[in-house]
Amino acid sequence: MAKQYETVIGLEVHIELATKTKIFCGCSTEFGGAPNTHTCPVCTGMPGSLPVLNRQVVEYALAIGLATNCKITQVCKFDRKNYFYPDNPQNYQISQLYLPIARDGFVEIDTPSGKKKIRIHEMHMEEDAGKLVHDEWDDTSLVDYNRSGVPLVEIVSEPDMRSADEVIAYLEKLRMIVQYLGASDCKLQEGSMRADVNLSVREAGTDSLGTRTEMKNLNSFKAITHAIEGERARQIELLEAGKDVVQETRRWDDNKEHSYAMRSKEDAQDYRYFPEPDLVPIVISDEWIAQVKARQPELRTEKLERYKKEFDIPQYDAEIITESKRMADIFEAAAAICKKPKKVSNWLMVETMRLMKEYGTEADRLSFSPENLAKLIDLVDDGSISGSVAKKVFEQVFLHDADPEKYVEEHGLKVENDEAALEETVRKVLSDNPKAVEDYRGGKEKALGALMGQTMRAMKGKANPATVNRMLRELLKSE
Amino acid sequence: MSDILKYTAAELGKKIRERKVSVKEAVDAVMERIRTVEPKINSYVTVDEDGAYAQAEEIQKKIDTGEFTGPLAGVPVAVKDNLCIRGGLTTCGSKILSGFKPTYTAEAVCKIQKAGAVIIGKTNMDEFAMGSTTETSFYGPTKNPHNTEHVPGGSSGGSCAAVAAQECYCALGSDTGGSIRQPSSFCGVVGMKPTYGTVSRYGLVAYGSSLDQIGPIAKDVTDCAAILETIASHDPKDSTSVDRGSYSFTEALRDDVKGLKIGIPRDYIGDGLDEEVRRAVMQAARVLEERGAEVETFDLGLVKYAIPAYYTIASAEASSNLERFDGVKYGYRADGYDGLHNMYKKTRSEGFGEEVKRRIMLGSFVLSSGYYDAYYLKALRTKALIKQEFDRAFQKYDVILGPAAPTTAPRLGSSLSDPIKMYLGDIYTISVNLAGLPGISVPVGRDGKGLPVGMQLIGNVFQEETLLRAAYTYECATGKQYEAPAAGLGKGE
Repeated sequence: MAKQYETVIGLEVHIELATKTKIFCGCSTEFGGAPNTHTCPVCTGMPGSLPVLNRQVVEYALAIGLATNCKITQVCKFDRKNYFYPDNPQNYQISQLYLPIARDGFVEIDTPSGKKKIRIHEMHMEEDAGKLVHDEWDDTSLVDYNRSGVPLVEIVSEPDMRSADEVIAYLEKLRMIVQYLGASDCKLQEGSMRADVNLSVREAGTDSLGTRTEMKNLNSFKAITHAIEGERARQIELLEAGKDVVQETRRWDDNKEHSYAMRSKEDAQDYRYFPEPDLVPIVISDEWIAQVKARQPELRTEKLERYKKEFDIPQYDAEIITESKRMADIFEAAAAICKKPKKVSNWLMVETMRLMKEYGTEADRLSFSPENLAKLIDLVDDGSISGSVAKKVFEQVFLHDADPEKYVEEHGLKVENDEAALEETVRKVLSDNPKAVEDYRGGKEKALGALMGQTMRAMKGKANPATVNRMLRELLKSE
Repeated sequence: MSDILKYTAAELGKKIRERKVSVKEAVDAVMERIRTVEPKINSYVTVDEDGAYAQAEEIQKKIDTGEFTGPLAGVPVAVKDNLCIRGGLTTCGSKILSGFKPTYTAEAVCKIQKAGAVIIGKTNMDEFAMGSTTETSFYGPTKNPHNTEHVPGGSSGGSCAAVAAQECYCALGSDTGGSIRQPSSFCGVVGMKPTYGTVSRYGLVAYGSSLDQIGPIAKDVTDCAAILETIASHDPKDSTSVDRGSYSFTEALRDDVKGLKIGIPRDYIGDGLDEEVRRAVMQAARVLEERGAEVETFDLGLVKYAIPAYYTIASAEASSNLERFDGVKYGYRADGYDGLHNMYKKTRSEGFGEEVKRRIMLGSFVLSSGYYDAYYLKALRTKALIKQEFDRAFQKYDVILGPAAPTTAPRLGSSLSDPIKMYLGDIYTISVNLAGLPGISVPVGRDGKGLPVGMQLIGNVFQEETLLRAAYTYECATGKQYEAPAAGLGKGE
């Protein structure tokens, strides 16, 4: 019988923090911009320049550390990691090795067999590197230091995950926590969240760890899943063939769905870490920790419970809405304005989700204001617009954050309460559709629907459906 | 005109404020002096004649309108070539920084600019401040103005020689292991290394970041105090800069050491110390004793561990600090390389000199995995223990007194062949950097060959005022020791 194998996975997750300025200088962290325009002597490694720590970086790292149940290192410091590469202007990266800001934490994930703790070994702060641009035509490489010095935290997990599903659950959990804290937008595609996967396999039932490999360049959950499955298979194949797994760093090629060895342990660089002498130790007082804790926003689990209680919405809806902080924020704000949480929830669950799918956007990118959603709900409720018009108007709210009142006004979409005009239209519809009239009178209630539709179409949606319904019934009865 | 050159910075500043001398006249005098002696001394890497005259005009206007009123207004000053000045060549005495012009100015230089000093040029130095003779410069050695067959000391040899040879009135240097105090001693000028954190390091090209301090080099203690007062600052751009609260270095200049407790470490006057230097330093101690100080010898522990600890820490930091010089962004890049790795290798092999390479290798070794604990970490512990030894000494003494160097200036070419011997020459200055203390070197006489001898006074952290008072009292008691070399520049022509 074939041997059973267990996959053992640990992650190193890099998250770009959402500070306005870089970690050691006042340059903007904004994504994009012409090359080398967000730079200064500090982030381009000019001789004589000195780093000055951005306090907000510590604040965000502290918030993430606390939210992931870590122990905070109250006297922590930076170290230099030395390696030569042109994207690294000083040829050393300022990072943390000896005293990282947070250690020994965990997050809880849901697995088919229940809740599971994924332990966090440590989290440290560091600076990002610049970007190399290779010009194939000129056979030259250019370097853009706009990203150099953008603050990162690296969260190193223990090897506690056993499958791609658990890895994705862990990443989603981390992402949610960090987004809720406002510490990062955590976009894998844009590189503001990056994960390196350390993976080994061992025979099921054994305790010792196998030789691991590290996989880099994973830019989506899909890539991570495929890379894990591929690497597991590759390692098992090696072991089955009686060969050894080599400890190495591998690069994932998403197009080819294949990984390549980058460097083995033998070529591993000696980073010659030592304490960064240009920065003083960071002392994190009890008061500072208490302040950050006090400012800590409500995280998802707490929010979920509160929504069910406070707003009386179904578990499923609450789960969907709280999945993204952005959507939860819209929900709460809109519900507070119009006082109709269930209706707000419906608009988010149905129309918003549909449009997100149609336009291929994510909940974090929802750009409409809760005020406009609330206004729309009120317009429907007071009969000013019909349901079908409301859907059209909402699309404008969704796309352009249009003001529904103005939009309805400008496009003449308001329900017309001129009963005489409506009656004229209804009469015309009845005389144009003798078959339907006959069917209805013959007891086919369904025929009324067709007549309703005809009338609404003729009124271009600007009629109150309830009024149309009433009038149709009256006229059908009377004649 | 040569009369003008004899003034101290403070004297010149006063004459300028009284309109007895114009700023242009002062610059004229210095430029003429530079033309005369520079071929023999080589104090400067760059003399900025046009820039100096342009500054002179601006500064004169601001003196006339009353905007500049300080002691340094209109005074020609030289700056060590590891301090950045916007738009000006900054070489650190190295080929690898060929053509490098920073877009920013070192904070300490900004301070003297704001005080109205005229910056004459950038002075020669041991490459990246690594050396004790100013012979490792890519721009050729600087010579001692008192005898041009001898070295001026280093690494701030250019700054000290320029002051001694009257090629400027005072100068800025940097001191990582004695690089201000030792050449000051060799050149017969006053040089001070302040408490770590007193002067912002922003814009100082780093050698050993945890040890580097910028400090003044001057003809006398009064000038030294005035410059220190100008450059000291709490700078938000340098995280290691310290907010010292209130202080006045110029008001510390009092002719009074009554009751001052001075300790002389026995290890500082024992084996290895040149007899003539010992005699001059002990004589100076006696002068202070006669003025009312209580002087005694004592045992300062761990003196012999300072050199290995220093060369481990400074080289480790240097190996990392100098990584940025790679040919990618600025400075020298080798020709005819094959790929990135080869470009790095060729550029750095050709761009750095022997001493710098030696320290990069030493530093890389002590930080490498498997050796970090045995060398670097042990050196850090030693540093902490040395600091404790000083703490203990300062419970008893206000000032520690000794020589600045074991000998007077050695002959050119006699040091580099034996680096260990050269490193041992730093024995009296190095622990001061390891402990972050202030130290000052004051000229106290000459040896039989006419070469200057310096006395070093060491204070507890933030006790610059005490040091300046003791040094000033010595100066008052003996008359100023600074003496310009004769127009002919002594021997060796």
